[in-house]
Amino acid sequence: MTVESTAATRKPRRSSKRAGAAKTPQASEPQLVQLLTPEGERIEHPEYEVDLTPEELRGLYRDMVLTRRFDAEATALQRQGELGLWASLLGQEAAQIGSGRALRDDDYVFPTYREHGVAWCRGVDPTNLLGMFRGVNHGGWDPNSNNFHLYTIVIGSQTLHATGYAMGIVKDGADSAVVAYFGDGASSQGDVAEAFTFSAVYNAPVVFFCQNNQWAISEPTEKQMRVPLYQRAQGFGFPGVRVDGNDVLACLAVTKSALERARRGEGPTLVEAYTYRMGAHTTSDDPTKYRTDDERQAWEAKDPIQRLKTYLEKQKFADEAFFTGLESESEALGKRVREVVRAMPDPDSMAMFENTHADGHALVDEERAQFAAYQASFADSAEEGN
Amino acid sequence: MAAKSMTIAKALNESLRKALDTDPKVLIMGEDVGKLGGVFRITDGLHKDFGEGRVIDTPLAESGIVGTAIGLALRGYRPVVEIQFDGFVFPAYDQIVTQLAKMFARSLGKIKLPVVVRIPYGGGIGAVEHHSESPEALFAHVAGLKVVSPSNASDAYWMMQQAIQSDDPVIFFEPKRRYWDKGDVDTDAIPHPLHKAKVAREGSDLTLAAYGPMVKVCLEAAAAAAEEGKSVEVVDLRSMSPIDFDSVQASVEKTRRLVVVHEAPVFLGTGAEIAARITERSFYHLEAPVLRVGGYHVPYPPARLEDEYLPGLDRVLDAVDRSLAY
Ligand SMILES: Cc1ncc(C[n+]2csc(CCOP(=O)(O)OP(=O)(O)O)c2C)c(N)n1
Repeated sequence: MTVESTAATRKPRRSSKRAGAAKTPQASEPQLVQLLTPEGERIEHPEYEVDLTPEELRGLYRDMVLTRRFDAEATALQRQGELGLWASLLGQEAAQIGSGRALRDDDYVFPTYREHGVAWCRGVDPTNLLGMFRGVNHGGWDPNSNNFHLYTIVIGSQTLHATGYAMGIVKDGADSAVVAYFGDGASSQGDVAEAFTFSAVYNAPVVFFCQNNQWAISEPTEKQMRVPLYQRAQGFGFPGVRVDGNDVLACLAVTKSALERARRGEGPTLVEAYTYRMGAHTTSDDPTKYRTDDERQAWEAKDPIQRLKTYLEKQKFADEAFFTGLESESEALGKRVREVVRAMPDPDSMAMFENTHADGHALVDEERAQFAAYQASFADSAEEGN
Repeated sequence: MAAKSMTIAKALNESLRKALDTDPKVLIMGEDVGKLGGVFRITDGLHKDFGEGRVIDTPLAESGIVGTAIGLALRGYRPVVEIQFDGFVFPAYDQIVTQLAKMFARSLGKIKLPVVVRIPYGGGIGAVEHHSESPEALFAHVAGLKVVSPSNASDAYWMMQQAIQSDDPVIFFEPKRRYWDKGDVDTDAIPHPLHKAKVAREGSDLTLAAYGPMVKVCLEAAAAAAEEGKSVEVVDLRSMSPIDFDSVQASVEKTRRLVVVHEAPVFLGTGAEIAARITERSFYHLEAPVLRVGGYHVPYPPARLEDEYLPGLDRVLDAVDRSLAY
């Protein structure tokens, strides 16, 4: 008897318990670590604290404003046909700047494809991020010069690289740490579960920083998980914490604490930054197909930049001159990004054959020579023709 | 019913709709296939009309998608799963190669796995990395899998029906840069057998064999060659596993020359297999060695270089000239 006919004779069971998806437990919102309310109010948290000077606070604000400006410029450049694609971080500035500013120079970052704010914190020239979106390269920066790894497009893959790198740190007897960024959607990938397993088993100094921006393209978090993400860490044997991802101070405090824990040899932490992707998934995506304006508006009220601005103003930590100065700095950044991108040349076609192998490869050499001869034949025939 | 003109994307959509309509065991699964209708909108409207139980948005886990599709198939369902882009099939490669491909053999024919894995593949749309690759040879090399790719709307419609009806796992490569190309689809026609090639254009001087996105380039090359007085036949292979060598052989024994064209790297690719078999079968008919035109043995390049990487009209015509010069 074939399996098919067996299945055909079985009666389907349709008890109401089995049918359909149960209500997700996320409905009861877990506590977020928060230090700055959406209204710009500074509040205390029993476990997490930051003590920043007004200058440092202005610095975080500046980082977020410039990152948002860069991002807006890139989106505009895509619309103008200068970039093939752009993945905007709009709304996620606090999660990225807060975590990014918690890092030490010798820490190492493994980003996904949306960590433009973290790149900014690492000192990567923002124009370097645009090459792969323009289609002139697959990376565009030297990961080792800023300890900021290349963007990873296959979701979740980099969490294992981060874990391995962190395992190497332990072997070397160093006390630096690693942060792996990924999304709520990526948390469903087997690679991420394997990274959790390895990091726990080897006590690797890695902070898993998940930006839960509520959506994985069109799929809401309910399509990825049934318990709040941060709780998953417990099953692997390390702590998980959910932080208000739109609160730059809380993101800074929580990431710092997780990094310190890692440095002390206490292993990994999962940080879930609860935030929102205000724009489309990428410039190819149309969010009106799957989400409502109301939702976006509710999150706009929690804007990460506005709340810090309110706080700075209330405390008189920043004056008009600071804000206008920052405005012109933003303009200048936008202008520079536009100019650099427009001037970005297409690579020479022979570049295809470069860097396939570190030690060379006879077949690639042969194909390179054939390709060069083929290209040259056009030049020859043009000469003959004229 | 008369033939309707539609895009390849629409033909696939209609085909999936028909399959859902006619067989309650057919399921659509994948990332974003529901409300969004897939990133290429191939499943557009199906979620609305057939509901969440039939058109299933899955977690973002390709191994999970294919692995659970295997389980559903064991239970009598016929899952059609979408892998969002070519480069993202690899997390599922283990499930496809070690499980999906082998269960029929291991169960001595008792377990059939009628799973279709749809993969939008190939370049030419200016995408970032992992969105433009042609990994078909990696699947064709695995015994137990069938691998096909339509090149036009009618084939897209019919081959999808046949793939879903097949009791074997079928890896269904969709030429993504051709999604918006229109063609006539007769939904009442008697379909051409799934694994049989088609002569897309008759000719007598040389045979171009291609599949998927490259068929259009080859037809254009044949038209250009005709202006120079060369009569080029184009064979659309349609299936990369099995390959219909008989049809290629018949064409080659008529024209005596063969050039195989695909986007995937030439090295160890589908073209290599065809060159070897046709040389074996038709050695004394050949006036020239079988030539191949395809990708290089390098990572798929950044978008601004893809026109140099992808075989275009010039490279195909160059190979035609080289073959004819023997
Ligand atoms: C392995 C793999 N499958 C599918 C994709 C296509 N894809 C790109 S981004 C994305 C959604 C990711 O969502 P999430 O992890 O939540 O991160 P976000 O983009 O929201 O920051 C998908 C499905 C991919 N890049 N890699």
